[in-house]
Amino acid sequence: MMALIPAMLRREMQLSLRQSGGAGAALSFILAFLVLIPLAIGPDLATLQRLAPGLMWLALLLAVLLTTERLFQPDYEDGSLDLLSLSALPLEVMCLVKAFSHWFTVSLPLALAAPFLGLLLAIDVAMIPQLLLAMVVGSLALSLLAGIGGAITAGLRRGGLLVPLLILPLYVPVLIFGLSASQASLTPSGSTSALLVLIAITLITLVVQPWASAAALRAYFR
Amino acid sequence: MIQVLANPNRFLKIAHVVLPIAWALTALVFAVGLYGAIFSSPADYQQGETVRIMYVHVPAAWMGLFVYVLMALASAIALIFRHPLADMAAKAAAPLGAAYCFLALVTGSIWGKPMWGTWWVWDARLTSMFVLMLLYLGYIAIWRSFDDPHRAASLARVVALVGVINIPIVKFSVDWWNTLHQPASVVKMSGPAIDPSMLWPLLTMAIAYTLLFLCLHLTSMENEIMARKLRAARLKTIENR
Repeated sequence: MMALIPAMLRREMQLSLRQSGGAGAALSFILAFLVLIPLAIGPDLATLQRLAPGLMWLALLLAVLLTTERLFQPDYEDGSLDLLSLSALPLEVMCLVKAFSHWFTVSLPLALAAPFLGLLLAIDVAMIPQLLLAMVVGSLALSLLAGIGGAITAGLRRGGLLVPLLILPLYVPVLIFGLSASQASLTPSGSTSALLVLIAITLITLVVQPWASAAALRAYFR
Repeated sequence: MIQVLANPNRFLKIAHVVLPIAWALTALVFAVGLYGAIFSSPADYQQGETVRIMYVHVPAAWMGLFVYVLMALASAIALIFRHPLADMAAKAAAPLGAAYCFLALVTGSIWGKPMWGTWWVWDARLTSMFVLMLLYLGYIAIWRSFDDPHRAASLARVVALVGVINIPIVKFSVDWWNTLHQPASVVKMSGPAIDPSMLWPLLTMAIAYTLLFLCLHLTSMENEIMARKLRAARLKTIENR
């Protein structure tokens, strides 16, 4: 069974990178989103600088959200999910591996790139290391939550609007603590404890995700 | 109790007896509570007559939370014991809980205008109530998205249980984020910080809201059972044709 985990991870990552472009498409989405921001709120650099961390978090959240459908839906539609469910790998572990593959190929690259893209919004350079750290931690929670939402809507054609409705409320704590942890320049001690809470939330998600995703997938196998 | 109610026909029989009594009780308690809220309780020395909004606002917020917990409990029972009525109980509770949430938000908004000078503020409690309503809407949307009621039920359980883990975390997060709302003044370690003349109408209204929920919930579950019976009967006639 243990040998299956790396095999599964390799399959998932190859599929993600070759079939749906991995983080590339999501990164292009963030760029398109960034162009619209100054058009919507004006090109004033001082305002943009103040809003930059929050907007970058929003961009990350939305980019991850848009890739949720690719987690389980293609496998459900071509029947490979049925085969995977028959393998020796428990469904829970399979869901966890899928979420981690999503993190490696989509969320993590986005989290590594987004703070630097913040320069387009005149982000305070001193803020970038903190933002990077918070986003790397938070992006894992985002991928895991995407795993839950993706599993629930795996067999739902035109599930488009349902996914955000289900997942965005779950993203609230990640957004709040991720943003607090990013604002190091304001209060150093506050940002450290926010980072710790963000890590705690990520760990809770890590515990809940395999169970919830597998329970949701089982609804499709009956 | 839970085992006894597992049979839909027995449930229907019991509900048939309980419902008229429950409706009568609801009307009675509402009458007493509204009398207390509108006539007998004093106006607040600071807030004046607008304090009376509290009697419809606070119980609605309590119910919004209570119904979600109830829904999650029913979902857990359905998941663990495969109880045939538990899914229906959770499904029937969701629109009612969403309505209570909506009521709490709207009455809070109407109360906020004279007190805070604005219809809406992004305060911790308002935000967490808002998120709670979104969780209800997501849950309802799951039930509506699938033709097969069994599949919808299994997915709805997951949504309800993930939501109930999420609620305390959201609550904690938004409290950290921003708070302006007055802290809880009824349920406190040192006893309620509210005058008895205002407390009893508030608690009576809370009981009235709970009874109203019971009536609507039972009726809604009855409807659900009837609808499923109709569906089964219709399938049978098609089969025999």
